[in-house]
Amino acid sequence: MLECKGVSRLAGHREILRGVDLPLEGGQVCALFGPNGAGKSTLLKIMALLTRPTRGVVLWDGEPVRGRESKVRQQLGIVSHATYLYNNLTAEENLYFHGRLFGIPRLRERVEEILEKVGLYYARRDTVGTFSRGMQQRLTIGRAILHEPRVLLLDEPYTGLDQQGQAFLNDVIRDFRNAGGACLLISHDLPDAVALADKFIILSEGRIVREGSCSDMTAESFDNIYREALEVDRESGDAWAIQFRGEG
Amino acid sequence: MGFLSRTMTVVWKDLMVEFRAKEMLLSVLVFALMVLVVFGFAFNPVEHDLSDIFAGIMWVAYLFAGTLGLNRSFMSERVNDALQGLVISPIDRSSIFLGKFMSNFLFMIAVELVLTPVSIILLKYPFHKGALLLGAALLLGTFGFAAIGTFLAALASNTRASEVLLPVLIFPLLAPVIIAVVRVTDAILGGDVSGVMPAFRFLAAYDVIFLAIPFLLFEYMLEN
Ligand SMILES: Nc1ncnc2c1ncn2[C@@H]1O[C@H](COP(=O)(O)OP(=O)(O)O)[C@@H](O)[C@H]1O
Ligand SMILES: [Mg+2]
Repeated sequence: MLECKGVSRLAGHREILRGVDLPLEGGQVCALFGPNGAGKSTLLKIMALLTRPTRGVVLWDGEPVRGRESKVRQQLGIVSHATYLYNNLTAEENLYFHGRLFGIPRLRERVEEILEKVGLYYARRDTVGTFSRGMQQRLTIGRAILHEPRVLLLDEPYTGLDQQGQAFLNDVIRDFRNAGGACLLISHDLPDAVALADKFIILSEGRIVREGSCSDMTAESFDNIYREALEVDRESGDAWAIQFRGEG
Repeated sequence: MGFLSRTMTVVWKDLMVEFRAKEMLLSVLVFALMVLVVFGFAFNPVEHDLSDIFAGIMWVAYLFAGTLGLNRSFMSERVNDALQGLVISPIDRSSIFLGKFMSNFLFMIAVELVLTPVSIILLKYPFHKGALLLGAALLLGTFGFAAIGTFLAALASNTRASEVLLPVLIFPLLAPVIIAVVRVTDAILGGDVSGVMPAFRFLAAYDVIFLAIPFLLFEYMLEN
């Protein structure tokens, strides 16, 4: 579906990404791991058509995206570090605005449906500025699936969510995959993400250092793979793993 | 959905955001009114005829109010990176620009609708048959102001010093507009309306150019 090929990105003289190939397929969740600064968010932004790669191409159904960005954007649902929400608008208005931009039919019903789904119906008339981070995150997830995209790009989407919210998001991702969607998930919660995903990719210093299937993978065996891939020893590895959780 | 209706969606959103932050509009107005009052005191319109500098004074007030409004309009897009929410949507990049331009234009017109009568009274502008022509010149000038202002505000909003950068960029680029509007005023007050045509032509050309340039370049400005 969505794919990047040979993608590199320069920032000044630094190479943030170096020749990354990443195909996303329908009915699959791909988990993207890596330490802070590995280039995960940059890669996601390139696939979200927010940033242009310095080298390489982004493909949609095998054809370069360039020239038909609008058509492709219609099929993407994005959750980034920032919420992209207007603090001065209500939850309902934010969704409504987004829905109008995407030209969604029967928008009022759809907005209501999503508000109920993300558990914010009771707060639909409150301005987003008054929301907690977790509530904003729920709304952001709702916005990402509002227009029924075929690809979901999620950059640390669990940020600020409570237990219930995390379970809810897992359900959303599973439903999305089962309906044939393709999902890219950046997460620092290795065990949970491995349990959810179909395949994994480990990015380090802008390069894919390891990739594979998540089936038959236990949290422990993946932990070993992750450490090995990053070539960190066991002691400092523990410290890293703790440090990664919940960090940007 | 068509180009125009998506553009209007952006305008609707901006007006909603504006409406929720009424106190900002109010403080911009109060600030501009104070500028007018200071000029009123400084030049004493009771004793002096201010017709020559009337348009200039009014434009100083418009400029301050408009620049504040522009800054604020892009500040609201910066919080939560909200502008990115527009960028990920499938709408034309040019309709993002056009929508922002239209809401900025409406904002400025709203401010001018308050400021202009006040300055006419305060500065004792000889209000006679040239009013329509003057109004047309102001409208054209405001159009150009909103177009170039939207473009520059978007350009400057990616930098840390945007609040300072915007006026520094905007004032020199807008100087020709102000000069043209002042020319029109002069011609009207001098009773020689034949002199206003070149100024109008200039204003119209300016508007077209500064609407067209950002229209074409906005796509590249939204990338990073
Ligand atoms: N616009 C930018 N300009 C310069 N450097 C950047 C920019 N964006 C990201 N970087 C750098 O690129 C590297 C990767 O960033 P990012 O993709 O956010 O990493 P991750 O999401 O894996 O933590 C970081 O070292 C960051 O400092
Ligand atoms: Mg990141």
